Order: sequence, then C-alpha cells, then structure tokens
Amino acid sequence: MTTITDIEQSLIDDFAVLENWEERYDYLIELGQNLSPMDPELKIDDNKVHGCQSSVWFAIRCEDEKISFQADSDSLIIKGIVAILQKLLNGQPAKAVENADLTIFNTLGLWKHLSSQRSNGVTAMLSHLKAAAILCQAGAPKPSSADAGAGA
Amino acid sequence: MSRSVLSARADFPILNETVNDHPLVYLDNAATTQKPEVVLQAMDDYYRHYNANIHRGNHALAARATQAHEEARAKVARFLNAEDPKQIIFTRGTTESINLVAYSFGDAFIQAGDEVITTQLEHHSNYVPWELLCQRKQAKFQVIPFDENGELNLEVFKSLLNERTRIVAVNQVSNSLGTVNPVEEIIRIAHAAGVPVLVDGAQGVQHLERDVQKMDCDFYAFSSHKMYGPMGIGVLYGKEKWLEAMPPFLSGGEMIDTVTSSSVTFNVLPFKFEAGTPYVPGPIGLGVAIDYLETFDLHELQTYEDGLLQYGLEQLADIPGIVIYGNPKQRSCIIPFNLEGVSAYDVGILLDTQGVAVRTGQHCTQPIMDALKIPGTVRASLALYNNKEDVDALIKGIHRVLKILKR
Repeated sequence: MTTITDIEQSLIDDFAVLENWEERYDYLIELGQNLSPMDPELKIDDNKVHGCQSSVWFAIRCEDEKISFQADSDSLIIKGIVAILQKLLNGQPAKAVENADLTIFNTLGLWKHLSSQRSNGVTAMLSHLKAAAILCQAGAPKPSSADAGAGA
Repeated sequence: MSRSVLSARADFPILNETVNDHPLVYLDNAATTQKPEVVLQAMDDYYRHYNANIHRGNHALAARATQAHEEARAKVARFLNAEDPKQIIFTRGTTESINLVAYSFGDAFIQAGDEVITTQLEHHSNYVPWELLCQRKQAKFQVIPFDENGELNLEVFKSLLNERTRIVAVNQVSNSLGTVNPVEEIIRIAHAAGVPVLVDGAQGVQHLERDVQKMDCDFYAFSSHKMYGPMGIGVLYGKEKWLEAMPPFLSGGEMIDTVTSSSVTFNVLPFKFEAGTPYVPGPIGLGVAIDYLETFDLHELQTYEDGLLQYGLEQLADIPGIVIYGNPKQRSCIIPFNLEGVSAYDVGILLDTQGVAVRTGQHCTQPIMDALKIPGTVRASLALYNNKEDVDALIKGIHRVLKILKR
C-alpha cells in the first residue's frame, strides 16, 4: 500500500496550489464536510476527547496489526483535520503509525493556529493514535475493548 | 479635566500589531485588556532603576521600592473608596483573592451544616472555591439560578437565605453573558439576614462604579490585568472586622511578627495576608493603570462603552442565523453569540485568520453552558480603546466566516 510519506506529500501538493489562508481553510473544511459519518454507537461519552474548545469523538480500532479510526466533531475544522489524519493513517500498519513523523501540519501553515490551542483535541488525537499503535503491535499486551476505544 | 475616550487608542502600542496580514482587531478584553504605554514604562522603570526587596531593606533602592509599593496600595484604597489602605491585600489575581477568603474565612466561620450561596452566573473562580469549601466542611452549597434573560432570580435568593447561611459570593458582571448583577440589592438583602457578601469585581472594576463603601460589600476581588494593568497582580479588599478575625492564608516571610519553636504571632494587616516576597512591580504597574483609567470621566467612559455595546448588539442582530445569549436589563461590554449550525471554535479560528481576536468555548462557566444547553459561545468583549471600526471588522469577519462555511 502507499506509504504515509507518499500520501503526506500528495496532500501537501494539494494544499500548495492554494494561495491564501481562506482557500486553505476552504479546502480543509471541504475535506471535513466530506468525512464519512461516525457510527452512531461509537459516539458515546467514553469516546469523547475532553477539552474546552469543541466536542470531539474519537474511536480507534486495531485489526491484523493495522490501525483504523473514526471521529466526529461539531467543528468542521477539526473534521477537516480528522479527514487528513484518516487519509494518512487509516489502514496503515501499526508500526508505521507509531513511527510516523508528520510534518504536514507545519507545512500547511494551518497548524500554527490549531496546535497552539491546547484543548482543541488535535494533539490529543495524534497521541491517542500513537499509543493505540504501540498496543496494536504483536507481542504487546492486548487492550480490552474499552481501552481500544481511546477515550480519555 | 478628563480626556476624551476617543483619544485612548493611541496609548496602546500593541494595537498597531499586524496579525495574519491584517491589522489587529482586539475583542478579547474580558480575558485580558491591553496595556497603555505608561504602564509598560512604569514596569520597565522599576526594574531598571529601583528593583529591590521591600519592607526589610535599609538601603536607598529598598526604601524607594517600598514607598512605591505602599503608595500603590494607598492608590488602590482610594480607587475603591476603601476606609483604609490596610484593607487592601495584594494577591496574584481575582482567583487567589477568592481562594484566600474561601480558605481563611471558611476556616474561621464555617462549620458542618452551614450554608454558602453563590450563583449560576459565576466564573469557576467564584464557584469552585466555595464548592470545595463546602465539601471540606460538610457545608451546603447553594446556587442562585438565572432566568431566560440571563438575570439572577432574587426571589430564589431570598428563599435560600437562612440562619445557617454564612456567606454569599456573587460577581458584579458575568464574564460569560455580561449581565450586570444588582450587587447592592443582593448585599442589602444578605445584610438584613446578617450574612456577609463577597463581590467578584473582575469584569466590573474596569467599567462600572467600584465604591466598596457605597456597595457595602464585605469583600471585593479584582485582577489588574483586566483593567489595563500588568498580569500577575490582583486585589482583595475586606472589611477590617473580617480581615482581623480571619487566620492567615499562606504562611512564611513578611506575614509574621515573632517566631519561636513554640509559638508564632502574626504581622498586622495587610501583611498578615501577604506571605513571601511580594510581586513589587505588580502593584506599581496597577497603580499607574488606575491613574490612567482615572484620566477618563467614569460617566463618559460608561456612556461610550454602552454606546459601542449597543452598536455591536444591533449590528450582530442583523446577521442571519445568529443567536445572542441573554437579554439583561443592564449588560456590560460582553457579547456572547453563536451562528446557527456552526461551532464557536470554527468561528474563532476563522476570525483569527482575519486578524480579529475573540474568545470561544465555555469561558470557565460550565454551569452557564449547561443551563443554556450549549457547548460554548463566541464572546466578543470591549474595552475603552475599541471603536465602531472594530465592531465593523467583526461583522465583516463573520460574513466571511459564513461564506467559507457556506452557510
């Protein structure tokens, strides 16, 4: 399958043709609007990422040492970020997710806003994904189904 | 003679900043206000010319720093119309001032089965310290609710007051809805039942009358940084009879009289409540901010700010799908709103890309958000240097947000 680095480069190229902030946010929001809906049964309190700024639900699955996840938010910007993370990481081997060194958000210049807000859940989403990826690898103790739901 | 409010803008160098290629439009003043040049200079001047530890030193710099620090205390006392400068305790801010009372007054006067009353309109800093005090003491925590206009229900307040009520805590202005609370009436009602009142003046001191004797409050707390002064310094005013009767909050240097291995006696007011080396430049900067604020006539300032608030409310009301929260008889400088189907977070981020600074989220008032059944709001808040152009930039920014979000 395509590597995370390849996908990342193609996303960076997509954003690079956009000239200003407004167009970049426009595209990010479009990605958010096109995000596939989260299974309603996963939108439970246990899957809610706590923060002041926006409501975010986040659920990670580990299957055959591959990571997949679903998420939803009342914020279209957060949904756009989720869409980017899904394109990058969904279905990738757990080892690759654990080792992923994403530069895309710095490159896009959007990250400057987003990561400075400690409670926006984006940084939390990435660390949840990495933590789940470590647990997902062979030899690691298997998490219970509740833990795999990455709430916290 | 007082200055025209319209001339204030030039006093704040930060307002010339460019943010995301747009001139800064600063509408997050309820979070913190910007500082005028005179305050910046006073802070710089302290460190450059007379930085020293105070009260104990016997050299020239220590004497000068001590004098400036204590003059600032006298200035705060005059600003609040306090009876005596010794009733002015310097703290880190409103939160610490309220915690001081919750711990110290709570220790002395609250027993199991007693009751404490606060309101649903409070910032967490005037809610959680009382909630925790009640947990520590097995006391009852009572909350006055607000109505559909965002105003406190005083009938419920009267029904909550009883012979076990030990203190009432209320804000002068709600940081979330902007409601100006009838603190004088609340104090009258509480005093008639023999109950003291703490007023959280964090959002009131910079906009409204702040005469503690006229208000007749027992405690008044505020932060310097929301009234054009430096961050990290705040004030607790207390009536002398309470401050004398309360035990110290923090202990250590400055606050003691004599110390032996078997006993400790405490210093006099206000030093009993000021353990450790004080933040000397803080009060000095605050004093200059008070001088600055007092170059404007309070009545003229209020007329100007109210006019701008009304203009903002009217302009916002024309935006399709907008909900403005609360409709109190008197509102001060705060406009909380949401756009239908749009998260407040997205509005904040997209306004920021246009140089417009607002606050989004719960504003440390979860009880208010729960009552309104919303996750948060966008909050635009005004200060004396804002003008119609700032409001117009907000409106223009919101229209662009709606366009980007295709609403």
